[in-house]
Amino acid sequence: MNIHEYQAKEILRKNGVAVLDGRVATTPDEAEAAAQELGGGLCVVKAQIHAGGRGKAGGVKLAKTPQEAREYAAALLGTTLVTHQTGPEGKEVQKVFVEQGCDIDQEFYLGMVIDRATARVTMMASSEGGVEIEEVAERSPEKILRATIDPAVGFGAFQGRQLAYGLGLPKDTVNKAVAFMRGLYKAFSESDASMAEINPLVLTKSGDLLALDAKMGFDDNALFRHADIREMRDVTEENEKEVAASKFDLNYIALDGNIGCMVNGAGLAMATMDIIKHYGAEPANFLDVGGGATTEKVTEAFKIILSDENVKGVLVNIFGGIMRCDVVANGVVEAAKQVNLSVPLVVRLEGTNVELGKTILAESGLAIIPADDLADGAKKIVEAIGA
Amino acid sequence: MSILVDKNTKVLTQGITGSTGQLHTRGCRDYGTQMVAGVTPGRGGTDFEGIPIFNTVVEAVAETGANASVIYVPPPFAADAIMEAVDAEVELVICITEGIPVLDMVRVKRYLAGKKSRLIGPNCPGVITPGECKIGIMPGYIHTPGAIGVVSRSGTLTYEAVHQLTQLGIGQSSCVGIGGDPVNGTGFIDVLRLFQDDPQTEGVVLIGEIGGSAEEEAAAFIKEHMTKPVAAFIAGQTAPKGKRMGHAGAIIAGGKGTAAEKVQAFRDAGVAIISSPAEMGKTMAAAMG
Repeated sequence: MNIHEYQAKEILRKNGVAVLDGRVATTPDEAEAAAQELGGGLCVVKAQIHAGGRGKAGGVKLAKTPQEAREYAAALLGTTLVTHQTGPEGKEVQKVFVEQGCDIDQEFYLGMVIDRATARVTMMASSEGGVEIEEVAERSPEKILRATIDPAVGFGAFQGRQLAYGLGLPKDTVNKAVAFMRGLYKAFSESDASMAEINPLVLTKSGDLLALDAKMGFDDNALFRHADIREMRDVTEENEKEVAASKFDLNYIALDGNIGCMVNGAGLAMATMDIIKHYGAEPANFLDVGGGATTEKVTEAFKIILSDENVKGVLVNIFGGIMRCDVVANGVVEAAKQVNLSVPLVVRLEGTNVELGKTILAESGLAIIPADDLADGAKKIVEAIGA
Repeated sequence: MSILVDKNTKVLTQGITGSTGQLHTRGCRDYGTQMVAGVTPGRGGTDFEGIPIFNTVVEAVAETGANASVIYVPPPFAADAIMEAVDAEVELVICITEGIPVLDMVRVKRYLAGKKSRLIGPNCPGVITPGECKIGIMPGYIHTPGAIGVVSRSGTLTYEAVHQLTQLGIGQSSCVGIGGDPVNGTGFIDVLRLFQDDPQTEGVVLIGEIGGSAEEEAAAFIKEHMTKPVAAFIAGQTAPKGKRMGHAGAIIAGGKGTAAEKVQAFRDAGVAIISSPAEMGKTMAAAMG
């Protein structure tokens, strides 16, 4: 789960990380009032969307007066911002964050991820502030400093000093940097974050270190113990169909092709997409119905797949295993009737009671095309849509 | 011979009184696995269909001599359950549970360092040595004893591979699901090393997927240390960047972890590349010559 910049900064502030004062606004009036409350001087109006690259796309404006803040907010709110991370369709700006201005002396990068190779949280720092870390990693990997954090000990002050001196920070700001980093690690570990990025981290002319931008993402599997973070979810930033699917415990990802897929298991679901491509067509989605493909779940899965108007045919691929094929077949038949399926449907079943399952499909009176194996299923659906 | 488990393995179930624990404890016992104990705190002294239940793992091990544990405990409590089994020095700990917070696994991984246990999973189907011992949720009947080792990050895709092998008359030595989470216990390399050293295993099917760099590391290991033929499939060749494909670990992040990179690494290591998931069995058969 991702959150907005203003929400990430709220979490950081609570953990003792230095951020500038700011207010979120959903109307030009609110933006003007926010700028006034912040002192009436220089402020920054920033579009709040779940994507990076806002500055380059014109989503961050420097306002000299509250009146200017109002005008910029009016111009941003309701518009669609296209950045390199939003895709060509862009994202609608529904909120702006009005924040105090500051005098920047130097910009740095600070980020945290869970490093799979070491199975530990890693903090990364770079003197290349304001640049994407992937770009730095590609161009000049030696400029990325890393600290691997032992979960039993936490982030050591010595690690903070190593990074701070490594960045070349002036010696009277080293302790501030250590406190900043310790706060960031606390925010990360106590909220079960999966990533955090302060880009840029700025050193002001008055010698303060501040998080000028902030991005945080969270582990969905840990949200059960973070009611406060669950409340920060903004479903308008997510794909509508993916949100609908998540309500039924279905893993759905929208893609660009025209063959809808319904599969049990994430690996088999990916492999099913791959084999559709192998036979020359493109999958319309990834969909894992999980272990228990009940009639209700299968019906909802069909509805979600078919709500994509590009879908010209559907391939169901279930490897029963423990799940019985006759139960799955009944679910598919019931669901196909309920949604008045009007596109070709190929069903490949394997596992316990497979013959009974196939009989149920054949006797359903529906135009279901049975398939014997993975390759047969993919070939048949590609043929059926005439690709 | 086989790896990790055989007919002498004595298994205890953590979370034996939950519906998943009950279903699969029964399934494994019916397959012929020695299911010797169950653990559910507060239910010690009772039994599940004749299998004695204990309050703690240490007690279950002392009373029954269990040397493997399988965990079906729900995600919020699963990390603690793993550490309980490790603390009791259970040799092999297999965690089936899906959805454990990743920072919990970071702590578990730290706790495992220097301990005697091997962890398989979490978020995996388990381990099976066909005809001898099944620990986990895989359908036993699709397997057949033989000489091919299978190691995989996925559940149902592993069943697909095993089914294809069996259809071709090719049996399996052992099949190991290492799980789809970003932080797990045993990796590809550990299992490949076991297969390389196992006299029964003559070839290995490896099933990877997008995300992370475990496949690239496995490829380097194969190039350096494996003399037995390996066939590999990577799921997610059509997966978009930045989207988590069901498994918590299946994501192309920052342009890294793509299927193309992994396939290339395997090709460079002399591994037989399985280009279509319908040809996992056939490709392995061809690689065996």
